[in-house]
Amino acid sequence: MSGELCLSVRDLSIAFRSSGRETLAVDRISFDIVKGECLALVGESGSGKSATALSILRLLPYPMAHHPSGSIKFHGRDLLKLSEREIRRVRGDNITIVFQEPMTSLNPLHTIEKQIGEILLLHRGLTGKPARERTVEVLTQVGIPDPQTRLKAYPHQLSGGQRQRVMIAMALANEPDLLIADEPTTALDVTVQAQIIALLKDIQSRLHMSLLFITHDLGIVRKIAQRVCVMKDGKIVEHGAVERVFSSPEHPYTRALMQAEPRPDPAPPQPDAPVLLKTEHLKVWFPITRGLMRKTVGHVKACDGLTIELRKGETLGVVGESGSGKSTLGRAILRLISSEGLIAFMGRDLQGLTFKEMRPHRRDMQIVFQDPYGSLSPRMSVADIIKEGLKVHQPQMSSSQRDERVVQALRDVGLSPDMRFRFPHEFSGGQRQRIAMARALVLEPSFIVLDEPTSALDMVIQAQMVDLLRDLQKRHNLTYLFISHDLRVVAALASRLLVMRHGLVVEAGEAAELFRSPKTDYTRALFAAAFKLETAPEGVVEQ
Amino acid sequence: MDAKILPESAEAEIEPGIPAELKPDLEPAGPLGLAGLPRGFEFSPLNARRWHNFKANRRGYWSLWIFLVLFVASLFAEFIANDKPLFVHFDGKTFFPVFFTYPDTDFGDDLGTAADYRDPHLQKFLDEHNAIEIWAPIRFSYNTINDNPPSAFPSKPTWMLTPADCEFAAKNGYAKCGTLEYNWVGTDDQGRDVLARMIYGFRISVLFGLVLTIVSSVIGVAAGAVQGYFGGWTDLLFQRFIEIWTSVPELYLLLIISSVLVPGFFVLLGILLLFSWVRLVGLVRAEFLRGRNFEYIQAARALGVSNKVIMFRHLLPNAMVATMTFLPFIMSSSVMTLTALDFLGFGLPPGSPSLGELLSQAKANVQAPWLGLAGFFTVALMLSLLIFIGEAVRDAFDPRKTFA
Repeated sequence: MSGELCLSVRDLSIAFRSSGRETLAVDRISFDIVKGECLALVGESGSGKSATALSILRLLPYPMAHHPSGSIKFHGRDLLKLSEREIRRVRGDNITIVFQEPMTSLNPLHTIEKQIGEILLLHRGLTGKPARERTVEVLTQVGIPDPQTRLKAYPHQLSGGQRQRVMIAMALANEPDLLIADEPTTALDVTVQAQIIALLKDIQSRLHMSLLFITHDLGIVRKIAQRVCVMKDGKIVEHGAVERVFSSPEHPYTRALMQAEPRPDPAPPQPDAPVLLKTEHLKVWFPITRGLMRKTVGHVKACDGLTIELRKGETLGVVGESGSGKSTLGRAILRLISSEGLIAFMGRDLQGLTFKEMRPHRRDMQIVFQDPYGSLSPRMSVADIIKEGLKVHQPQMSSSQRDERVVQALRDVGLSPDMRFRFPHEFSGGQRQRIAMARALVLEPSFIVLDEPTSALDMVIQAQMVDLLRDLQKRHNLTYLFISHDLRVVAALASRLLVMRHGLVVEAGEAAELFRSPKTDYTRALFAAAFKLETAPEGVVEQ
Repeated sequence: MDAKILPESAEAEIEPGIPAELKPDLEPAGPLGLAGLPRGFEFSPLNARRWHNFKANRRGYWSLWIFLVLFVASLFAEFIANDKPLFVHFDGKTFFPVFFTYPDTDFGDDLGTAADYRDPHLQKFLDEHNAIEIWAPIRFSYNTINDNPPSAFPSKPTWMLTPADCEFAAKNGYAKCGTLEYNWVGTDDQGRDVLARMIYGFRISVLFGLVLTIVSSVIGVAAGAVQGYFGGWTDLLFQRFIEIWTSVPELYLLLIISSVLVPGFFVLLGILLLFSWVRLVGLVRAEFLRGRNFEYIQAARALGVSNKVIMFRHLLPNAMVATMTFLPFIMSSSVMTLTALDFLGFGLPPGSPSLGELLSQAKANVQAPWLGLAGFFTVALMLSLLIFIGEAVRDAFDPRKTFA
């Protein structure tokens, strides 16, 4: 390590006080960041990495949070000892931060110009023309096309990737010494993620600033960072140069993280198996209405005439950027949203069936959602959640039989049946996703739509979930429609692949074949972004 | 695996078959309690937290207890203030006048009408036959007239009588000071005991408020639920209807209707209900609109659960938080409306123990401050308790506090 020391954290602890109980979130960690260097902080959710990042700018909910020990020295000054006034001068000027969620970290009521201008005004006193010039300059720097006209844009007029670029522009406006990026790409599509990472890397080397990059994704670490700290349960278990840590990890946890890649072993395509599900020209159009009389002036074509075929025992992977209509397809097949066109399931057309007529089919087709926190009713016990479907479809069952089935389903997904009387909030994300899977399985369906079931989970848990899904598929001869933007997971599960864009199929075929030789630029760009974090030439994917 | 040895550690709860190094992500799950037991009869942890927050608000917590004690006591008002004895043992037979009406022939009289136990004649007769009587602490009911007052009505609280008052009473043929029955808070302008009327008035006000609140909440929640869940045209038409409905001038309509119909407890309830149900609709509608897109609602739909069940089991609990927060305030405003109508003379039928009527008597008899003070303190106490409880409930359901 050489060069001028930028930030030096020593023995930092963070504790949270809530209703008389103390929880230690971060336990005596120390690290340094040299000028011009990128340090990555890696760990699963709850490991304390975000709390560490926020404590540098003292953004934690004080006094509920407090520091039992430690110091954060920034160019020799202890940030923890500064007065509120002094730390405000550091925030947004010397040290800036970019958050994970671009949708909520910009104020929806102010224009881009105003939001960037505010920072310039606060720390440099710039207003009027010089402020606008500087704003355009940083917007150009972060690659916003046509920045002059974008000044008056509101956040909702920008895509997720562009919003994140604006966030970065705000962070760069005052040329900070240290930029903290707290999972800046987690909420973005793979293609956009690759662009943002390339941007951060480029800016960091050009401006010669320090970067503290927080992530749970090791692929990103390898791409951007020079040194890495691995955090677990509030402690730094391993740190060192990226090459060293990746080539010879010392701590068992680091090794587990490295091996957490989902194991590719998809179910083979079954060209001879009976067709389970078939759609023809499936259309989901949302009308765009304008004016007083709500006249329809056009349509958002979420699914525009999709024809797919799914044979028993297969997994059809559906990939594409957000907004490509993947989730809409899944929901349309289950008739959760209205659509047009044939949906043939086990030889019967489901289109046009009423809610009541649909009911007998529902036990054969189930869905697992993305958000493990939102998909379980917080007020019902796990047993009640899993039982609910049985009550609808097998009302004649006695309660002890039902209980037996619940126990069986929980065993199936690898949870202890003793847990069935607890409530969802007592479980972690991965466990909740298992419960959601048990809810679907208890009905013994033949077909399950998996709508991004792994994207809200940590890497290690993701790999476990993939193993579980594959195992269940084999045991119960299930057919999956697997919707995901995460190609590594899709590669591990899908027998056939459907690449979607703007509600249309771009490419389809056997997964192995497609991964080997993608035919369209779009598919190639997706693969490059996902597997190598490489950006595509302009125009192929969304910005 | 050591699953049997350490049942409460989260690591042990993953079944064998998953490699040990791939333990699922662990979050501190909080105190877990007895893992193997059903929890149906216990507070869910969320509610336990709310109860804890409620108790932490000492003022609200004590208000709840005081209110409950007063309310339960007032439910047994007949045992506290009554012009009939609770129990009479006479001539080898037992009587429960508090529950049953006995003809006075049972007590040796010959009129055949219902026995009037306060009649000095009957009293004398019972005393002569060594009857055992047990009376309520206050020997007046809400409509009992004090036949033996120390002055013209409204007469002072008995303990406030001065020697001058006694002299005046003796001179003008009123009851002598030594022989008086106690009217702790005096009598009203028709000679009825104010304390008894306060107790009965409190009961009828609270009961009225409670019934009105519950019925209007049920209707309001149901209407809001239907609107929010189905949305679209249902929602649009219903909302316009409510907008028109709420712009009807409520008070004037109440005055007109109650001058046409004979206002009794249930008629008044019905009239007030016409307007009070809309208060919760907007709130519940918003909760349902928000809730119907939750993924667990989608999941329930995918399971084939019917709309009715989804609304009841999944969405209603969400809406109930907002509803619960409002209930005490709706109740206090219901009580206030009833009191106001009574004050104006459009409320409960004449003779009913009503606090509004007490206040209007106070207005007519400024020389008798005990009427106004009694009415004021009863209403003020009742409303303050309800508001304090309401504040504590609101704090308890505050999500920021619940999850803090």
